[in-house]
Amino acid sequence: MAFRPIANTRSASGIPTAKLATWWVVGSEIVIFGGLLASYIMHRLAHDAWSEQAAHTNVYIGLFNTFVLLSSSLSAVLAHKAAEEGNGAKAAKLLYYTMGGALIFVLVKSAEWTMEITHGFTITSSTFWSFYYTAAGLHAVHVIAGAIIMGIVAADAKKNQELHRVELIGIYWHFVDIVWIFLFPLLYIAK
Amino acid sequence: MLEKFFDDGHGHTSYVKVWVLLLVLLLISFVGPFLEIQAVTLITAFGIAVVKAFIVAKYFMHITMEKRFVTYIMVTLLVFMFLFFAGTAPDVMKHEGSGWEKPAWKAELTATHDGHGGHEADHH
Repeated sequence: MAFRPIANTRSASGIPTAKLATWWVVGSEIVIFGGLLASYIMHRLAHDAWSEQAAHTNVYIGLFNTFVLLSSSLSAVLAHKAAEEGNGAKAAKLLYYTMGGALIFVLVKSAEWTMEITHGFTITSSTFWSFYYTAAGLHAVHVIAGAIIMGIVAADAKKNQELHRVELIGIYWHFVDIVWIFLFPLLYIAK
Repeated sequence: MLEKFFDDGHGHTSYVKVWVLLLVLLLISFVGPFLEIQAVTLITAFGIAVVKAFIVAKYFMHITMEKRFVTYIMVTLLVFMFLFFAGTAPDVMKHEGSGWEKPAWKAELTATHDGHGGHEADHH
């Protein structure tokens, strides 16, 4: 006998528990990334020499990856719309597009890091580069995790099952996008 | 105003229009620093980042369509983040205070101002 997960059906707060849990994940991520970025900002403001290090990051790569993530967010929200219309196949297809965006993002980031490391800018080069690799790396881990979960959600959505999860993975994905929206000016624009 | 701009003509949000606006804002934040005016860079880079984050939260995450307490939770956690920042910033950003100082950092700052160094200051 199969059991339905109660976390998807109970609704004491007026919000389905799975969605509430997703928002709590986002809330905890605000503190995780917020703390990291706040630390970066206060160190950056205190040390003028960081701008010399930041000058070595490639703004065009940052710009391209921002474009990729914003576009992947578009396909994620369109997948949510398709799921609300009951069109699981379309939702799955759009989630696959989002996963494609995640793949491009990670590949570009890998190439960028390879380039930087071969130029001698490693995680131990200076505190700026430690923050750079930690912040961008933590973000990339979230991109990879999101893409994997999205694959699982898309596989179900294709069979018109568990369509509510399309919205939940979308909420998470948009948050990952928001984090990058702040990382882009901090790591690439402010020289 | 944004609601009207994003309307798809059938009373729904056009997500493609939202995406286009986000891309326009991205381009502005990219072009801003080329003017080499610090105030403009701060506004185009960080001011626009806040606007973009708001647009994504509202139109892609639909946070305003959730129960009000979801927004309250997010805002509370943001406030906590700023409290953490305010609590630790003086220790990180000052090289001396009431009853404490960071002699190594002060020495490097002095060396920087004397033109004898400056590349090591970022190791703190």
